[in-house]
Amino acid sequence: MPPRISPLQISAFTATSAVGVGKEPLAEALAQSRSGLRANDFGDAPLPTWIGRVDGIEDIRLPEDLASWDCRNNRLAWLGLHADGFPEAVAAARAKYGPSRIALILGTSTSSIGETELAYTQLDADGLFPVNQRRPAVHTPHSLAMFVQQVLGLTGPSETISTACSSSAKVFASAERLIRLGLADAAVVGGVDTLCGSVLFGFNSLELVSSEPCRPFDASRKGISLGEAAGFALLERVQDDAASPLRLLGYGEASDAHHMSTPHPEGLGAERALDEALARAGLAPDAIDYINMHGTASQKNDEVEGALVARRFPATTHASSTKGFMGHTLGAAGIVESVISLLAIERGLMPGTVNTNELDTGFGPQIKLQPAHGEVRYALTNSFGFGGNNCSLVFGKATA
Amino acid sequence: MKHAPTPPTLYIEGPAFWTPTLPGWDAARAAFRGEGTLTDPPAKRPSPQVLAPAERRRAPDTVALALEVAAASMAGSGRNAADVPCVFVSAHGDLSINDYMCSTLATDPTVLSPTRFHNSVHNAAVGYWTIGTGCMAASNSVSAYENSFAAGLLEAAVQCAADHSPVLLVGYDTPTVGALTSVTDSQGLLAVALVIAPERTERTVASFDWSTESGNGSVPAPLSDAAKTLAHINPMAHALGLFESLARLADGDLPAPLDLPLSSTLALRLQLRQVRD
Repeated sequence: MPPRISPLQISAFTATSAVGVGKEPLAEALAQSRSGLRANDFGDAPLPTWIGRVDGIEDIRLPEDLASWDCRNNRLAWLGLHADGFPEAVAAARAKYGPSRIALILGTSTSSIGETELAYTQLDADGLFPVNQRRPAVHTPHSLAMFVQQVLGLTGPSETISTACSSSAKVFASAERLIRLGLADAAVVGGVDTLCGSVLFGFNSLELVSSEPCRPFDASRKGISLGEAAGFALLERVQDDAASPLRLLGYGEASDAHHMSTPHPEGLGAERALDEALARAGLAPDAIDYINMHGTASQKNDEVEGALVARRFPATTHASSTKGFMGHTLGAAGIVESVISLLAIERGLMPGTVNTNELDTGFGPQIKLQPAHGEVRYALTNSFGFGGNNCSLVFGKATA
Repeated sequence: MKHAPTPPTLYIEGPAFWTPTLPGWDAARAAFRGEGTLTDPPAKRPSPQVLAPAERRRAPDTVALALEVAAASMAGSGRNAADVPCVFVSAHGDLSINDYMCSTLATDPTVLSPTRFHNSVHNAAVGYWTIGTGCMAASNSVSAYENSFAAGLLEAAVQCAADHSPVLLVGYDTPTVGALTSVTDSQGLLAVALVIAPERTERTVASFDWSTESGNGSVPAPLSDAAKTLAHINPMAHALGLFESLARLADGDLPAPLDLPLSSTLALRLQLRQVRD
């Protein structure tokens, strides 16, 4: 098992999803068990499914000097970045450390492929992109990170992690290592994914999309609801317990070595990620007060993860899936669920599992349908992606 | 501004290289030393033995290419692939699958192939690698546009140094096709791999000191005629300077440091050294 790591301070964090822009509407939705899912109205011939769509993306106009970056994903990044005073927090870190000492590590699975899809509907007589779509920096996986680096004025190490649905959880691990080795003094981490044809029709082709709002861990769950989201966090070495009491305590990354699109039947890769996250945090399972499960509402994922939580955690642990609030936001799910875990610690609010009526048999008493209030010292969040790529994160409070 | 500290010296094992005109490190090493020629006719795409025969035939070019160099690198390192964390890096992912996906979505989205969809994720190659080798260690899939090789090398080196564990680095890109040629300049198949280790072993071929430096770096000019033919093949060509240096290390000189661009204002500096007995 890996040794403990020194905690990192979470100096700022924010998330934007189908329940609203920034932390307040998110916390309110979680407290009131209000789902942001709606009947699919995305695209020309929408599939009969439910989605977590962010309102207002179509109306966003990027400033003139950023106009060449325009696409749905970068617009959502712009919207999400400007919530909760996040740019001001980054500006303060930039002034303190210098722009080249702040790393930027973002996770995304779609990046701006939606814009590439659009360009394919507008091809000219030679079968090429129209002139206004000949923007190489938009039609590439790293587009999101290049755009955000410019918006935030950062010049440190930058990379895009694209490991499907674990992408924006793994960013915390990469950032911690860079800071520990002294290659950066701070890191902006996060992720953005947007609804597009590739994911809607792609997951539909795998018969994983539900015709109704997703119901994680429900006995009659019928598959996933897709969503879009943006989220960001600013990490630094511990500076100030009073002003910024939230901490990244541990992470675990592991592979299933099993199948491209179905999880290991015994959840061995997920369990390895869990064990490594707990080891780096120096915690036993019974220390965890709240677990934000991956909980997509797919038959197999829920079965494997539900069994893992049932066998490893005491009955008193409060676990839930928040996919019913904003849908499965794919590469952005890790950061959104990290933000939810941080809100749980900050506000003593443990979300329930919306839309779910009756838990499937075989799941433990940990999975809660209703929200609860109480002290959350330590929170765990799980993210599992295609290719059998797993990541677990542990967050906590300063122990002053 | 504070100067970045210098992280620990790391070690390279199992350099691997594949492009149709230099299909394997032995061929590439000889050509980079001016002792060999380009393979003519160029080799057909590799057929990675890590995959089961049926999967081998169906594998996308990106997967076939990446797994070929990954397996060669692991063999060169003498390590067990199941135990080694891996970082795969590609600027563009699988361009032919992207072209298929976007073309299909523009015509009849309901006929999208489920297999092509799950192969469209950027981490498909590393996913097949971990499945094929039974590797349950951490696996990563990284992109950083034109600076992808340096970003992937930095990610792998940082993980190796922070966790004191060997890490497999694999970089690959493939030709652009269809309407994507409007925006993506990627001309051929090129893949590289190496194992970065925290300590010297009997398989070590070189050590390197590394740091991040301000300035935009510069992709080193190719030294050999063979490298000149590959200089603009695709974004992984940024790796040519490192592999040419590795090929020529035995000549005894301390090579000039390599400044691989990480961005327009930051470079990854590598100082290679021959490891002597």
